[in-house]
This record gives sequence, structure tokens and C-alpha cells, in this order.
Amino acid sequence: MVLKVISTNMAVAEAVKLAKPLVVPVYPITPQTSISEYLAQFVADGELKAEYIRVESEHSAISAAVGASGTGVRVFTATSSQGMALMHEIIFAAAGLRNPIVLVDANRALSAPLSIWNDQQDTISERDSGWLQIYAENGQEALDSVLISYRVSEDNEVLLPCMVCLDGFILTHTVEPVDIPNSEDADKFLPPYKPEHAFLDPERPMSLGAFTDPDYYMDARHDMELAMERSKKVIEKAHQEFADIFGREYGLVEKYKCKDAETILVAMGSICSTIKDVIDDLRSQGEKVGLLRVRVFRPFPRDEIREALEGASQVAVLDKNISFGVGGVLYNNIKAKMDVNAYGFIVGLGGRDITPKHIIEIINKTKNPITDVQWIGLREEEI
Amino acid sequence: MEISEKEFLAPGHRGCAGCGATIGVRLALKVLGKNTVAVSATGCLEIITSPYPETAWEIPWIHLAFENSAAVASGVERALKALGKDDTTVVTFAGDGGTADIGLQALSGAMERGHNIIYICYDNEAYMNTGVQRSGATPYGASTTTSPHGKESFGEDRPKKNIPMIMAAHGVPYVATASISYPEDFMKKVQKAKETEGPAYIHLSQPCTTGWGYDPSKTIEMGRMAVESGSWILYEIVDGHFRVTYRPMQRKLVDEYLNAQKRFKHLTDEERQRIQSHVDAVCAELKI
Repeated sequence: MVLKVISTNMAVAEAVKLAKPLVVPVYPITPQTSISEYLAQFVADGELKAEYIRVESEHSAISAAVGASGTGVRVFTATSSQGMALMHEIIFAAAGLRNPIVLVDANRALSAPLSIWNDQQDTISERDSGWLQIYAENGQEALDSVLISYRVSEDNEVLLPCMVCLDGFILTHTVEPVDIPNSEDADKFLPPYKPEHAFLDPERPMSLGAFTDPDYYMDARHDMELAMERSKKVIEKAHQEFADIFGREYGLVEKYKCKDAETILVAMGSICSTIKDVIDDLRSQGEKVGLLRVRVFRPFPRDEIREALEGASQVAVLDKNISFGVGGVLYNNIKAKMDVNAYGFIVGLGGRDITPKHIIEIINKTKNPITDVQWIGLREEEI
Repeated sequence: MEISEKEFLAPGHRGCAGCGATIGVRLALKVLGKNTVAVSATGCLEIITSPYPETAWEIPWIHLAFENSAAVASGVERALKALGKDDTTVVTFAGDGGTADIGLQALSGAMERGHNIIYICYDNEAYMNTGVQRSGATPYGASTTTSPHGKESFGEDRPKKNIPMIMAAHGVPYVATASISYPEDFMKKVQKAKETEGPAYIHLSQPCTTGWGYDPSKTIEMGRMAVESGSWILYEIVDGHFRVTYRPMQRKLVDEYLNAQKRFKHLTDEERQRIQSHVDAVCAELKI
């Protein structure tokens, strides 16, 4: 174990080095770019023994990833925003083919208008693809989540790809101290990938990516639903083993001062650090507020969320995405699966700052609700 | 030339009687043999060979989408390399739509990167899988469902996109054209492609009974007429050196070829003459 002061994108590259994928097809895009650069340098320096494919687009990055994963090797790729949107077609196919690919997305707004800054619309829009989704809060968690993702995705009970979602710039470019696990411990947690399912081998010919008629398609999708459900236990087991080896604990959700909280905020990603600071301040003034951080968004931890929100009088759900007409997607998922007094807040689209002042505004609006969904931090309100 | 009796594409697939694409795949796999991984683009071939839970492929095979077969092959090739299985051949079969149109970017990327793959475009000159819509490889004058002839139209009004030469411009070490009606010529080219270090591209002309409009018993004959009339030229480009691999003894009139197919039936004498003049000019340059 070595403590290094590095950016989160470098932490991701360090995680990839530890995970030892054999094929890395990547296409650079802001703010993911430095991940592709660091990995290229690791390969150039012989620190990562992988086939690095300098593809001509994100569509080809994920297509080559599926080809390589289908050949039975561990694969890594990374993208952001428009790149994720270009991958969209193959994102669904990769999950349907049950390829345990791990992808890091530097969360960035989707055009138009063109923006290179952060929100989570790009990965949220892939929520129905059959990929697992983890939203990390800091650099350490980003590194750890890459290793955990491989463990979970490659488990025969799961065999679904996983995307690790990191807030673009806000998280990807923040420099913090990060524990880099030593290689032996990483190998112990994540042994080499040995596919037991379908893969391309002349000694054992199989056809992958067949054409199905209505007699088969629906059941293949249902199998994915079952695998997604099973993945919760697999994630919890991986979290436990990770804690045993590395001493860092993770859950599907993180409950921060929720126990006696009357108002609970629910959010994902780097914004949670700001919220925790605000909660600490308000708690010192005697206000009973808490945060439920949804770390794993797919599979959707409905039981864990329901249990955490049970005692709250009111709940504020913060979304860095918008499903026009119905509010944020996390808010809607929560409303769909449990009976809570929840209000939705759209925040931080296209890199709009979310400050402690906004968090306090959200808490006040939750206690004195006017409508079910509100946008926070619009220009006219700020000026 | 000794031709293996072993088949790697099983009968019973859903191809039409007289399907030219499956003939091409059978011949290619006879050369490439067991230690091969095949990649298919979405299209006729993919649909007719992989109706779950059946498969016609007796070698490992993967299909992902329409426009990305060259990118998938890139990933397969690098994964095999990483596993130390460099001796396994990777071959892609994609139609003319999946090659000349929607798949051109991925193909260009794969060829430029120099992957050790063989890419075979089975060219039936339109989107046959979905009912004969025009592609970039549809020849001048052909009537398709999206370039139909009519009062104001003589059919496709643009010449066929020259993909083999676009591949040659990438500096691909082996580029060839071929026809299923000249199996020895085609199979020799597949053998050369297999022996090539780096990417190889073969553009395989493959008549289509439903799309071109002729009797299913005439597929091989139709391919011959294309070549014997100079409408399709068999050549190879080895490390930049161009060579015609087959010269008709006496070149036939293009009209014979056009008349045998429904897709050209509507053409006027003037349009037929225009096509003949174009073929004459190309052949004159190549001394065919």
C-alpha cells in the first residue's frame, strides 16, 4: 500500500494497472482524456501488459471491447458524455451478450447546448441497458470501485458489465491522497479472469450474438433481470471481502447521520461531500438532517433505500439529470418503489455549481414544499 | 488446386435457393480451416446462419451490430494476441452496406491500425436483407426499392463506390477483388490473405437471385457474365502492386449481362450505351 496524492483519473489508471486487463480499447474525450493518456503511458513503459487499441471512435471502442471480452479476456474502456451516447447501441448489446466489461465514465452533460462540464445525464440515460452502475464520491472510492466492479461483473451469478461513474472535472480532476493497494493484495481480491461461459475458441466453437425470434428474446431479457437482482448479494460479498483485505468499507448505499433524521437528502456522486459538510453544520445547530448516498444505482437498492428513509418526515432527492416532465430519475425510481414523502430537486446541470447555500435552500424547500419537483440554481434566481 | 471436402458452414441455413453469399463463405472457410474465428456484420448472412437456437457456423463466430464488424474483429484479434493465440485467423464477413456505407468508418480504422485480420465484403450491390434498398455499392442504372426507375428516374444515378481502391489507399498489404463464380481465383486470394502479415481486404462479387432478379439456378452464370463482360474485374494489389488475375478470352457485351437481370430491364439503349462505354474505358486502361 502506497499513499499517493493524485487526480481521480490517475487513481482510475492505477486501478486498471492493478486489474490487469489484457485489452484496452479507448478513445479520448474530455474530461476522460487523461485516463486514456495515463493508460497509454503505462503500456508504453511496460507497467501494464495490455493490448491498447487506439480506436477511431467510442462506437469502435465499445465494439472492440465486446469482441475482446467475447474472446474471453478482461477488458477495460472509458468514456464520457457524447462518447457514451455514441456507444449507446453497443452498451445495450454488451449487456445482452453478458460481457463483464468494466467502463469508467467521466460524467458530463449531453449536447445541445454543447457543454464539457458535469452532470450525470450521460450514464443515467443508460440506466435501462443492463449495466451495473456505481457512482463514486472521491478518488479512493473510484479506484476501489474499479476493482470491485470486475469482481462483481465476472461472477458467474452476474455476468453483466459495470460502469463506474465519476463526476467530470469535479471528481475526475480533483487531486487527493489515494491509497494504492499493493499488487499482491489486488491479485488476492481479483484473480485473473477465467471465463466459463460462452467465448470464442476454435477448440470449442460457439456462436455469439445470434438472431432470436419472439420465442426466445423475452426470456433472454428476463435472465438479465434475474442476474441484476442476484448481483446485490454478489456486490455485498465483494464489499465484505474488500473490507477484509483493504480495510475500507462500502455498501450499496451509505447512510450518513440518517438514524434520527427528520429530513433526509438522497444523492449520488461527489455532491455528497458538500452535503455532508452542510449536515455537520446543521447538526451542530441541533437540526436533525441526514444524507443517504446511493452508491450503487443499478442494481437499484430499493430495500436499503426504503429502510433508510423509513423514519424520515420528509425526503429531498437531488438529481443531476432530468427526465423532462417527471423530474429526476433517482427521484422517480424512489417514488416508484416506496411510499415516502419525497420531493425532487434538479441540480448542477452542465456544471452549474451546487454550494452549501443551495443545499440549505433544498432542505428548507423540502420542509415547506410547493411543488413535487423544483430546479435549483437557475440564473434568474441567482442574479 | 486441391479443395478440402470439409465444410465449416453447415447446410440447413435459411439462405435463399441460389444464395451467393453462403457459397462465398463456404469457399473461404475451406481455405481458412478450423483454427479461425469469424465475425459478421448484421445482414443477410448473419440472419440466415444464426437463428437461435440453431447455428450454421462450425467455427467460433460472433455478431454484434451492423456498422462495427471491423472494430469487433480488432478486439478479437488483439485478445487472441494477448492470449498467445496468434496462429488463429480472424475473418470478417460483411455485406456491401455494412462495408461501403454504415461500416466504412470502423473498417477504415481497423485497416489503418494494421490489425492482422481478413475482411471479406460479400457484395450483392444493395441492402438485400431488408428488401433490396440501394447501397453505396449499387451500380449505375440498377433499380432498387429506394432508387426505383420511374417516369422521372432511370434507377441508381451514381456509380458504384470503389471500396477496394479506398482500401488500397490505406496501404493495406493485400487487397483483392474476387467472384464466387471463379472459385479457384477466390480461394487462392483467401490463401494469400491468410498468409499476409497485417490486414487483408477481399471484395467478393456475389450475385443475388432475389435482388438482381434472375432464376436461382443462374447464380454462378450471373457472376461469370459480370466478369466476362468486364463489368467486374478480378485483380489483386500486393504491397501496392496491381495485377489483373483473370482476363476474359473475348470480352462479352455488357448488354448480355444487363438483359439477364430484372434490375436493369428498364434501361434505354442510350443508358446501356453509357454503361458499355464506361466498361470499355476501364477495360482499355487495364488491357482487358
